[in-house]
Amino acid sequence: MFAYYLDLALRSLKRNPALTALMILTIGFGVAASMTTWSVFRAVSGDPIPWKSSKLYVPQVDMWGPGAKRTGPGSSDEGPPDQLDYPDAIALMRDHRAKLQSAMYQISPSVVPQQPGKHPLNVGGEAVYSEFFPMLDVPFKYGSGWSADADASRAQVVVISDVFNRKIFGGGDSVGKTMNIDGHDYRVVGVLDHFNPQPRFYDIINTGGNGFAAEAQDVFLPFQTAIAAEMAANGNTSCYKSPEQPGFAGFLQSSCIWISYMVQLDSAADAQRFREYLEGFARQHHPDWAPSVNLLDLPHWLEHEHVVPPDTKISLYVALGLLLVCLVNVAGLLLAKFMRRASEIGVRRALGASRREIYTQFLIEAGMVGLAGGALGLVLTGIGISGVGWVLPRDIAALARLDWSLLLTTLIVAIVATMLAGLYPTMRAAAVQPAWQLKSN
Amino acid sequence: MTLHPILAALKKHKAGVILITLQIALTLAIVCNAVFIISQRVDRIHRPTGLDEANLFQVNQLWVNAPTGNDQASIDKLDAMQRADVEILRQLPDVESAVAINSLPLSGNNWSGGIRLKPDQKTSTAHASFYFGGWQMVHVLGLQLIAGRDFTATDQRHRGFREKTVPPVVIVSKALADALFPNGDAVGKSIYMNNDVPPSTIIGVVARMQTPTIASWAKDFAFNTILIPARMDANFSGYAVRAKPGRLEAAMREAPRALFAANPMRVIETSGDYEDRTVHSFAEIRAYAYRADRGMAILMGVICVILLCVTGAGIVGLTSFWVGQRRKQIGIRRALGATQRDILRYFQTENLLIAGAGVVLGAILAVGLNLWLMKQFAMDRMSLAYVLVGILVLLLLGQGAVFAPARRASKVSPVEATRSV
Repeated sequence: MFAYYLDLALRSLKRNPALTALMILTIGFGVAASMTTWSVFRAVSGDPIPWKSSKLYVPQVDMWGPGAKRTGPGSSDEGPPDQLDYPDAIALMRDHRAKLQSAMYQISPSVVPQQPGKHPLNVGGEAVYSEFFPMLDVPFKYGSGWSADADASRAQVVVISDVFNRKIFGGGDSVGKTMNIDGHDYRVVGVLDHFNPQPRFYDIINTGGNGFAAEAQDVFLPFQTAIAAEMAANGNTSCYKSPEQPGFAGFLQSSCIWISYMVQLDSAADAQRFREYLEGFARQHHPDWAPSVNLLDLPHWLEHEHVVPPDTKISLYVALGLLLVCLVNVAGLLLAKFMRRASEIGVRRALGASRREIYTQFLIEAGMVGLAGGALGLVLTGIGISGVGWVLPRDIAALARLDWSLLLTTLIVAIVATMLAGLYPTMRAAAVQPAWQLKSN
Repeated sequence: MTLHPILAALKKHKAGVILITLQIALTLAIVCNAVFIISQRVDRIHRPTGLDEANLFQVNQLWVNAPTGNDQASIDKLDAMQRADVEILRQLPDVESAVAINSLPLSGNNWSGGIRLKPDQKTSTAHASFYFGGWQMVHVLGLQLIAGRDFTATDQRHRGFREKTVPPVVIVSKALADALFPNGDAVGKSIYMNNDVPPSTIIGVVARMQTPTIASWAKDFAFNTILIPARMDANFSGYAVRAKPGRLEAAMREAPRALFAANPMRVIETSGDYEDRTVHSFAEIRAYAYRADRGMAILMGVICVILLCVTGAGIVGLTSFWVGQRRKQIGIRRALGATQRDILRYFQTENLLIAGAGVVLGAILAVGLNLWLMKQFAMDRMSLAYVLVGILVLLLLGQGAVFAPARRASKVSPVEATRSV
């Protein structure tokens, strides 16, 4: 029976090729527009570390006090600032109350290549504590992170990305090799496997735009080693007051905020304990005002930092609006088409076809339009995603990918949407009174 | 011609009529808002920075193994290196003028702070971005001085990157001058930057100068800027260079080469993507800064075109169908004396009625959608002109789309009346 209905649907669609083409084009464009914007939205709103995000928390402490006006990226007038100053970050690290924790800041040192005649180059990196690597499940290709001792002794060690390993050492196991960073020799202790989470959730504020970066960070140095080398913070620095003392030492003592912080807390009870500790911390270190602290888990932190660009949401809504218009359009066309065949339906009904069979027949016809529209939509989505780099910033556009799940979603959305659009026309077709149709002919 | 027969006919296709009305309404609502977004983005992209942008480029560089900048001797050393660089750039055959400056409008590298009128003031009067550089900044950037005087060589200072030194004199943008001194008498007044004492004196006002960032958190002070005649001494430096007319590309090639020739221990990237490079023409800086706005405008434009095409094609398709369905009735009308023109008019009027209902509903939806976007995304209020133009466009689209099927209907011969279906 199904094959028969397919045949009927094909014949019917062939009878009005222009109308069929119009419906297919409408579905194709509508689905492609919404799937393309969806792929971007999915990319920017995804969880960068889904297996662990509920255990990772970002602590905030108010080191400026009430009345301090905050104007800076990701800042609001309410609540504690989004970054830490050096004294608080160090004190938190010293207390070491979470299972794993790391203060971190973005650096941009220069690396002098070994080959003579090559100009020095600038690399992006992060100064972190040893617990950064196990806390974020950072994958290693060779070697590993450094030890807590290396943190304390300010060891000249470095972990490099796989891309940078290829660029500087030509790939391979480079553990043990030395590298000249900002004029000092560092020993490579680890080479990362691909590690470029989007958004760069561990240091959102210091990552330009909304926390998305097209390129992975190339070097990871021990935090205290970077401080000892006086490496400048390359990200956002906000000062409520200018540092009292000059130089890097004065900057470290100041209440300027430039450090990100992340902790791992395995249970809600741990989180509660840490929150209480944080309040005590604020009371102890900033006794002049009521403690103002915050401890957000990663998903809430990403929300707090407005990681999903508003433009991405608006585009998605507008594209969904387009899809809705396309569906209304297809519904209108299907209705006209089906109602025109009232006499045919009348004959079929009179010959014994049940309502249910009419239903099936016409839904299959709608489904076929949906399938064809979906196939066209796939092609157009492919074009849309490759064209998205032309329209959107590179850091965001690079995230939009065509994968199996998107392909499948596109097809399913097209078919389901078209069948939904075909529901009312089909209902009307099935409601046709056979006697009336036969009589009028 | 009365509307009665048209209305009676429409009642027979209630569902179809409702669907097409709904489609027109949704199209109007979305297109109005999308076009509004486009026009806002286009306005934003074309905002002038206040600079004479043609022939201007920026060179950022980083010294390897530079002095620390923690003590006066090393700060002086860094400053000498910076002055030497500027001198090299000025000597280049294709360069007209050059100046050290820590950042440029739209370049993204922002240093801003609160400005107070009294030393003990609790909250600042205004927020502003600081530009630190050589005293020739106003000239090299092509800023327009509208009050007071320009800097002179004697105003020049230099400071370590992490030093807290207060410049005796500054030039402010008009936007900041107006925010601080609404009476228009900013020249000669004292301001306190970042809680620092002693105050600085405003010696001049420039017509316009944008901040380095266009991020939404900085939109409240987008044109509040302060020019400080003090070179910033750190292990990195930035230069604004004005090439001789038509020599921009040549100058951009020469500049890194000459700087490397003088001192190879530095980082200047001239190849790769925008983010990798440290030498950019101002046109590139502008294009990069507004890339997201440009993208959004294009995306909205594409969606509008698709929407209008789908709706137009939908009207053509549906009307064609109705025409096909009513051939017999049309034949009867023609046989009873209706002219071709009457039939054409009939379908045109029918479309006008449907589209009319659609745009009325659509206008309400458009305003509602705008209100929702205002609430959700802090968007501006859309002027009703957009809705009015949108209504006109959709009515015209409807008439355009209905013309071909209506003409075909008018060509139906009266003899159709005698044929059975």
